Amino acid sequence: MTTRAWLLMLPLLAVMVAVIGWPLVDTVGLSFTDAKLVGTAGNFVGIDNYVKTISGSNFQRSLITTAEFAIISVFAEMVLGVLAALLLNQQFYGRTVLRGLMILPWALPTVVNATLWRLIYNPEYGALNAALTQIGLLDAYRSWLGEPGTALASLIVADCWKNFPLVALIALAALQAVPRDITAASLVDGAGPFARFRFVILPYLAGPLMVALVLRTIEAFKVFDIIWVMTRGGPANSTRTLSILVYQEAFSFQRAGSGASLALIVTLLVAVLAAAYAALVRKTAGSNA
Amino acid sequence: MERKSVLFSLFVHACALLLAAVILAPLVWLFVMSISPAADLTAKPLRWWPQAVDFSRYGILLSSIENSAGAAFVASLINSIVVAGMATIAALALAIPAAWAVSRTPAVGWSLYMVIATYMLPPVALAVPLYFGLSHLGLLNNVFGLALVYLTILAPFTTWLMKSGFDAIPREIEAAAMMDGAGLLATLRIITLPLAAPVMATSALFAFLLAWDEFFYALLFTSDLRAKTLTVAIADLAGGRVSDYGLIATAGVLAALPPVAIGLVMQRALISGLTSGGVKG
Repeated sequence: MTTRAWLLMLPLLAVMVAVIGWPLVDTVGLSFTDAKLVGTAGNFVGIDNYVKTISGSNFQRSLITTAEFAIISVFAEMVLGVLAALLLNQQFYGRTVLRGLMILPWALPTVVNATLWRLIYNPEYGALNAALTQIGLLDAYRSWLGEPGTALASLIVADCWKNFPLVALIALAALQAVPRDITAASLVDGAGPFARFRFVILPYLAGPLMVALVLRTIEAFKVFDIIWVMTRGGPANSTRTLSILVYQEAFSFQRAGSGASLALIVTLLVAVLAAAYAALVRKTAGSNA
Repeated sequence: MERKSVLFSLFVHACALLLAAVILAPLVWLFVMSISPAADLTAKPLRWWPQAVDFSRYGILLSSIENSAGAAFVASLINSIVVAGMATIAALALAIPAAWAVSRTPAVGWSLYMVIATYMLPPVALAVPLYFGLSHLGLLNNVFGLALVYLTILAPFTTWLMKSGFDAIPREIEAAAMMDGAGLLATLRIITLPLAAPVMATSALFAFLLAWDEFFYALLFTSDLRAKTLTVAIADLAGGRVSDYGLIATAGVLAALPPVAIGLVMQRALISGLTSGGVKG
């Protein structure tokens, strides 16, 4: 039985070793050298790359930028998603249609979403500037993505718009699993709307939301596409997240060795994050069982 | 059922209207930009609806006249379809036997969890060796090379979905077929695979959407019409010298149509796939 199972898994495992396992090992090897992307294989330099990376101001600044992006956008997506799900669980005209519309931002390709918001934020002709000026909230057109003060926030808005509907759909599926007689009973017992949410509904939401939270946080921490298309890490490196920094180091500046060490540090951070979450998920699951 | 007051119902309807506006406004604006004359899009105050509706950009992008903007767009569209199609088929071919094996023989499950754990890896951690490897094999700027790299994303994901699909098919059905004298292959062909068909379809759609959406590897490993995908072509348009914003918007609409159509038609299956995978994962 086990031999047969291994045989069936062999093709998958072989391909995974070839396209993930070997490159990962190779990255580890590269990270101890001063290899360039083109030309020489590079010399062994020990942990130099790691020391330089961690003590460098670029890394520290990118780490903070990434954390800001991940924490704010994921938090906003969770809150907006749950609020939207609670709304979509009420009775109103057009409910089926609105539930259907929620899939649209999720289905929109990330690069198209980034392009769309780049056009909306356009400093000269963008819709946001036009709309805010026409209703009198803004005196002069602004360069939303061109000023260090607003660029990251503008990216976060674009990211939230694409991702909160998915959280809403996951939360809605969980809400529909809450038995009606339980909410009715809590009403009879005199629970107010907030108590009802906290003690009756939230336990049903906790599991699926935890999973969504983990996946979204890992993705937000790895974020590359939306930032590359909208700002390329600028202006003045104010939106340069870790993935963008690695890309610049390894491919723009062609320092493969130091880029590899940076990439592995990012991997380690994501792994630590995931492990912490896994412990949290187990705790949440335990308290509900 | 609890009784809702009129005021509460009004509040709910107002919120629903707001939510619909938030979701729809950017999408509608993308479409309006694609059909507005260039002058309307640079007018101040901005014209929110075109004076004359202009669909000509769709014709420009979908034309195949050599060396035109259309030729480049159509080439990238075809590349996206080819790469996503090949990667999806390969991912399913690898995932189905492996997922069934893990589902029926939990003892080998740990290897699957290792495969799934690679989801945490940022693509930048693999990018440099993959670049060297593809270059060594002569597969840089090549649709086969890109499809191969996409397996790093698609194969773990489809295996995970397929495993939860097989878990939902009772072993007893398979055991009964074998008892009746069907061999393993016959059992799989007659019983298991037909029952798993819906999960396979969902997995295939997810895989296709993931590949269609991919940008990072395509940006690194493709450089011209021979392999450049749609996402890279659109990023080029958005970051390049194109002065007609409507053309960029049109490319966006065209790139979004297939996944949006899939999303709308398959909504129920997609969401149950997402939540069941999520809850069990």
